[in-house]
Amino acid sequence: MTLSKEKLLELYKKMITIRLFEEHAVELFANGEIPGFVHLYIGEEATAVGVTAILGDNDYIASTHRGHGHLIARGGDVKLMYAELLGRKTGYCKGKGGSMHIADMTLGFLGANGIVGAGPPLAAGAAFANKYRKDNGVAVCFFGDGASNRGTLHEALNLASIWKLPAVFICENNMYGISMNQEYHQNIKDVADRASAYGIPGISVDGNDLFAVFEAAEEAVKRARQGDGPTLIECKTYRWRGHFEGDPTVYRSEQEVETWKKKDPIPRVKKRLLDLGVLTEQEDQAVWDEIRKEIQAGIDFAKSSPLPDESELLEDVYCD
Amino acid sequence: MPEITFLEAINSALKEEMRKDPNVFILGEDVGIFGGCFGVTQGLLDEFGPERVLDTPITETAIIGASVGAAAAGLRPVPEIMFMDFLGVCLDEVFNQAAKMRYMFGGKAKIPMTIRTACGAGLGAAAQHSQSLEAWIAHIPGLKVVMPSTPADAKGLLISSIRDDNPVVFIEHKMMYGISGSVPEGEYSIPLGKADIKREGKDATVVATAMMVHKALAAAETLAEEGIEIEVVDPRCLQPLDKETILHSVEKTGRLVVIHEAVKIGGVGGEIAAMVVEEGFDYLDAPIKRIGAPFTPIPFASNLENAYLPGEEDIVAAVKSLV
Repeated sequence: MTLSKEKLLELYKKMITIRLFEEHAVELFANGEIPGFVHLYIGEEATAVGVTAILGDNDYIASTHRGHGHLIARGGDVKLMYAELLGRKTGYCKGKGGSMHIADMTLGFLGANGIVGAGPPLAAGAAFANKYRKDNGVAVCFFGDGASNRGTLHEALNLASIWKLPAVFICENNMYGISMNQEYHQNIKDVADRASAYGIPGISVDGNDLFAVFEAAEEAVKRARQGDGPTLIECKTYRWRGHFEGDPTVYRSEQEVETWKKKDPIPRVKKRLLDLGVLTEQEDQAVWDEIRKEIQAGIDFAKSSPLPDESELLEDVYCD
Repeated sequence: MPEITFLEAINSALKEEMRKDPNVFILGEDVGIFGGCFGVTQGLLDEFGPERVLDTPITETAIIGASVGAAAAGLRPVPEIMFMDFLGVCLDEVFNQAAKMRYMFGGKAKIPMTIRTACGAGLGAAAQHSQSLEAWIAHIPGLKVVMPSTPADAKGLLISSIRDDNPVVFIEHKMMYGISGSVPEGEYSIPLGKADIKREGKDATVVATAMMVHKALAAAETLAEEGIEIEVVDPRCLQPLDKETILHSVEKTGRLVVIHEAVKIGGVGGEIAAMVVEEGFDYLDAPIKRIGAPFTPIPFASNLENAYLPGEEDIVAAVKSLV
């Protein structure tokens, strides 16, 4: 499948939604309206959107602490997301989870995760469920270069490879595990190299190139659905913000950040849309304006929502 | 009622639930061809095939993590962790993932999985293959902890655990696999969170778990010869804990001894004792006695291991000091 013009425009809109969602989260956090920690996805939009573009109804996603982009790409509701970020009763998790634990089971979104590297075994299990039910579904796991050193990934890749699970492992290599540059945290340049240890395909792509990401994901998902087992895809990208909001980012230079901002994934897609004649400059403005309104509506919804009632403290610890 | 062993009771519960619910599957190290390290899963591969009885690599993190993922995706996994000591290898998957997903997601997920695992000393398996770590698990909101002492309880409680929509840690004392007992015929289950009075008595309550239930019953015989009648209460589940049955018993006897094989410090016995002090202080005619293992890793040499294990004599002495 190649991307139709309509589909491409839809993906472009999702990338913009992620960008604007996160930019407003910066503001909300700075204003003290978001408690706890928030980890933003700005700069990595092409990866989430390129991968999820290929997914269908029976598919699962295991996300990370930097998960807003994955959920928006999968079709998450920004109103419920903002409400959760603000700890409101109307949020995705009734205000019990926050940014790091947003889940949407109706979208097969098995949650952001506060534990780095927790996702791969969960995704292997979801992929097993797909295989067990023979429903042609796949499970996608996002994780970072930092998480790629964890045993969880290696155990999951091993299990997925021997059981030929319909899983796709997406390493979002944004060059840092918190403050530690990849150069210092692992002795390899390409995380994809680790695939060979499990006898599965591993590929590195430009994570800021929507088309490259989509193509790689399409191939991997096809393999998975055919019963040929998992693939490891490394998307080389960069987070424009710190590890978390409030991170002083003393570990990297302004120059490095500026270099990567020049590789912004969004204008690259816009250029393709303009070239294809799907979009004009004027229409582009309208697209941004429309999404700004949607984002503002989400924030308004969250801010006008009540906090959870204290009587809800002990609810949902167990199923009845 | 037929007599079967503790091991056969667990095997039979697994088979019955797998026949009944196609979403139930088992996975773990050597659970297939080998039939389980202790033989608990014998015959399952033959009956249910490799799609539902999965031998895994020696990777506890993958076993439990994949079980959590499969459970979140709608299946009902029954993973085996060969020795309870190995839970340390996959603790994140147990206590940060399985336990918390429902709450963190605002009640929108359920994680119906039962982790079976073998605890207990007595086999000369030393420090990393003999521990009773139920207190760790019982400390984590979101998990249920089951610790049966008889074949009938093991079967009925395992069936309830598998049917439960919450993550359950089902702890099997490895020295009890060969213990026989009568088990009801036909389908039956025992609700989680209901204690059982294994012997009635009026002079003192002895709350005991797993193997210690058998030690308490032996002690009861000895004490009866001296005219002391103890009531042996087996909580069977540590989370949720049947406080009511324990408190009722203490109300009747006025005296309490709590015994478990786990290390005494930080053990579940302290929690039970504290609960009785908080909620049943007026019932008590004497101080509470706690019995547990000493604060040391479990030794290898048989004489040291025997010295380590709490037993019948400790119970007899504790009860006598109270009455």
